[in-house]
Amino acid sequence: MLDATQSRLPDAPGIGYKPQHYAAILADPGPVRWLEIHAENYMGEGGRPLAQLRALAERFPISVHGVGLSIGGEGPLDPDHLDRLARLLGWLNPASFSEHLAWSTHDVGFLNDLLPLPYTEPTLVRVADHVDQVQTRLGRRMLLENPSTYLAFDESEMSETEFLREIARRTGCGLLLDVNNVFVSATNQKTDPRAYIDGFPLELVGEIHLGGHDEDADEHGQPLLIDSHGAPVVDPVWALYARTVDRGGRRPTLIEWDNDVPDWPVLAAEAARAGALLAEAPA
Amino acid sequence: MSQSAFATALLAPDAPTPPGLSDPEGRPAGKRFDIYRNNVVTSLTAALETAFPVVRKLVGPTNFKLLAGAFLRRHPPRTPVLMLYGADLPGFLEAWPPARTLGYLPDIARLEQALREAYHAADAAPLDPTRLAALAPDALMEVRFTLAPAFRLIRSPWPIHAIWRYNTEPGCPKPGPKPQDVAVLRDGYDPEPILLPDGAVAFLAALATGETLGTAMETATAEAPEFDLGPLLAQLLATGTITELETHA
Repeated sequence: MLDATQSRLPDAPGIGYKPQHYAAILADPGPVRWLEIHAENYMGEGGRPLAQLRALAERFPISVHGVGLSIGGEGPLDPDHLDRLARLLGWLNPASFSEHLAWSTHDVGFLNDLLPLPYTEPTLVRVADHVDQVQTRLGRRMLLENPSTYLAFDESEMSETEFLREIARRTGCGLLLDVNNVFVSATNQKTDPRAYIDGFPLELVGEIHLGGHDEDADEHGQPLLIDSHGAPVVDPVWALYARTVDRGGRRPTLIEWDNDVPDWPVLAAEAARAGALLAEAPA
Repeated sequence: MSQSAFATALLAPDAPTPPGLSDPEGRPAGKRFDIYRNNVVTSLTAALETAFPVVRKLVGPTNFKLLAGAFLRRHPPRTPVLMLYGADLPGFLEAWPPARTLGYLPDIARLEQALREAYHAADAAPLDPTRLAALAPDALMEVRFTLAPAFRLIRSPWPIHAIWRYNTEPGCPKPGPKPQDVAVLRDGYDPEPILLPDGAVAFLAALATGETLGTAMETATAEAPEFDLGPLLAQLLATGTITELETHA
């Protein structure tokens, strides 16, 4: 049986861990109560990365966030990669494991981006099957994250929220709601981000992500937001986040900043802002 | 549309956008598809830039982007674990026409890759040196060592240690013409390229393949009669590069 109870992060702010902040975090984590790592960065045999992770795991609940499983891929899941994940989760026993509703691997190789999926019944069957395999292999419930999207598939026959709700229903997985992704996708797809939040099964959300994006425009002059994780969270995303926790209640909330990473106080301040909104939300 | 068509178009900069992908007005995705295309190339290029800073410095940032773009299309990562992505770069550089005048470039890439491998290699407890000191001289020559998983050896016809240092440490002298062999030793968590004296590469290669200390010595002195075991052995012990010993008994 899957053990859902072992996956519990505090309903408080967390930070995407970067090695340059190691000493600062141990000296004074400020409002940060938990840390998230990218699974693939800790699949080496040893050395400093694993030593730091072991030390951090003694002080903080850890969330393992995979970026390479390619759950939406047309081909079978990579059994070697599942083994690597099982090994990491085995020794670390993290508070949570999450991955993306996306694909990244094909016959050509690993493409290192979270590529989009058409929301169709065949995709639903395939993704649900892959989520089942992951949860069975890892022996735990996982969270699946909504993507940032830049285009739409003509063949899509349901909304993203319908798709994610159905995946969760079929597999028992939880969901990771990235509020910045909601804002980015809604802007790019010309839909209402508030309606997305209102239609999302918030009771299934085990974690929330907040991050920054870049602003661009397409060849027709339409706004095009790019999920960069390289900037502060913008005010409309904070407002959307406040709406989310006001409706769905407090959730573990991560500040994601992966590129042009600022000094620790800047990240701690973003985490504090999330903490203030969490404090106002219903438990 | 299939993921094959999507993936193939991602890696082909001049290929048309695959059909069936649209903007909110139902127009072909165009630039929206190019975002994914750009993400793939930019993120993998960034991974290679982080991995091979000296190669990048030697060819220049602009040329490195061209090099990375050509490399990642020819050798996309085979796994999602990118910490060692680029193992094929030295071989690729040997055949890359713009690098023909920089003959040392593939060996510099080998050195940088060895440093990454060493950084992520398994931890191993160092050998207690008193175990070696306790051996009688004739037993000492029969000893075989286990070397740390982080240990790497690079033979080169180029002055790779000097080139590496010249491009990583301000104020280092310009490289001379003499070929240099390098060992990568990891003391704690920080790998260091160590310039090897004559004979040492033969000695270390013999140790690494499980030869006895005596045989390794003979190999080294055949190549370099002046080979001096003492300082090298002390360095191997001090850096935790020897992790276990096996006596003949």
